[in-house]
Amino acid sequence: MQVGLIHYIVLSAILFSLGLFGIITRKNAIMVLMGLELVLNAANINFIAFAKYGGMKTEGHIAAIFVIILAACEAAIALAIILNIYQNFRHINVDEIDNLKG
Amino acid sequence: MDIITIAFYFFAILIIASGIVVVLSKNVMHSAFALMFTFFSVAGLYVLLNADFLAITQIMIYIGGILVLIIFGVMLTTRITGVDIKTGAIGKIGFIATGILCTLIATGLIVLFITTRWPVSEQVTVTTTVKQIGNELLTNYLLAFEAASMLLLIAIVGAAFIARRK
Repeated sequence: MQVGLIHYIVLSAILFSLGLFGIITRKNAIMVLMGLELVLNAANINFIAFAKYGGMKTEGHIAAIFVIILAACEAAIALAIILNIYQNFRHINVDEIDNLKG
Repeated sequence: MDIITIAFYFFAILIIASGIVVVLSKNVMHSAFALMFTFFSVAGLYVLLNADFLAITQIMIYIGGILVLIIFGVMLTTRITGVDIKTGAIGKIGFIATGILCTLIATGLIVLFITTRWPVSEQVTVTTTVKQIGNELLTNYLLAFEAASMLLLIAIVGAAFIARRK
């Protein structure tokens, strides 16, 4: 069977669900961030697959580039916040960080 | 089975296997290294999808930037010598419930994707996308491009400000 659009989007659905599972179940804030990266990669696979099977237009590629840019920003800011939380609480378990005035 | 099919299944299996390691591994460092395999395989998929520029960008930004940042975060926030590098998950009931929920979401999405008739246009042969992407970014998407550069600048300044030692 020739590899087509369906294969890629089914793969991205599986990757999305894995990332969602990681985001919900993990306590460590960095692990939550890794789950988020999986979800963003799944979205990117969809963009590129639709770009190829929609007549090789580059709009999908441009959307994917902006997703990558936003992912880089988000990772930098999230890690800065995580480092700050670590300085205040000495751990980064997201379910135990529940007071505003650290 | 031609080479494209074999390569697709190779990368797909690698993506799913390393993704499972990422979300299930108890050790944060193992997850970070499994994430590297996921990113590399996604870059391979981009090559299969004729997106050469995106594949290089994926390797440079995700693996060279974001993954290194994540590993720095792991090293700065876990006591490597202690036992604290192990990370817990939510309780068993929540774990199983989330697993069922995510499996349902995945099945729903897959059924939706398979039953939908996607209008696929005929394949165009392209040699490289770099020139096209460059032209588009500096003409039609110039405003978004500049906004992204401003966002990156603000993110750098903000991250350095938030993370500085008090």
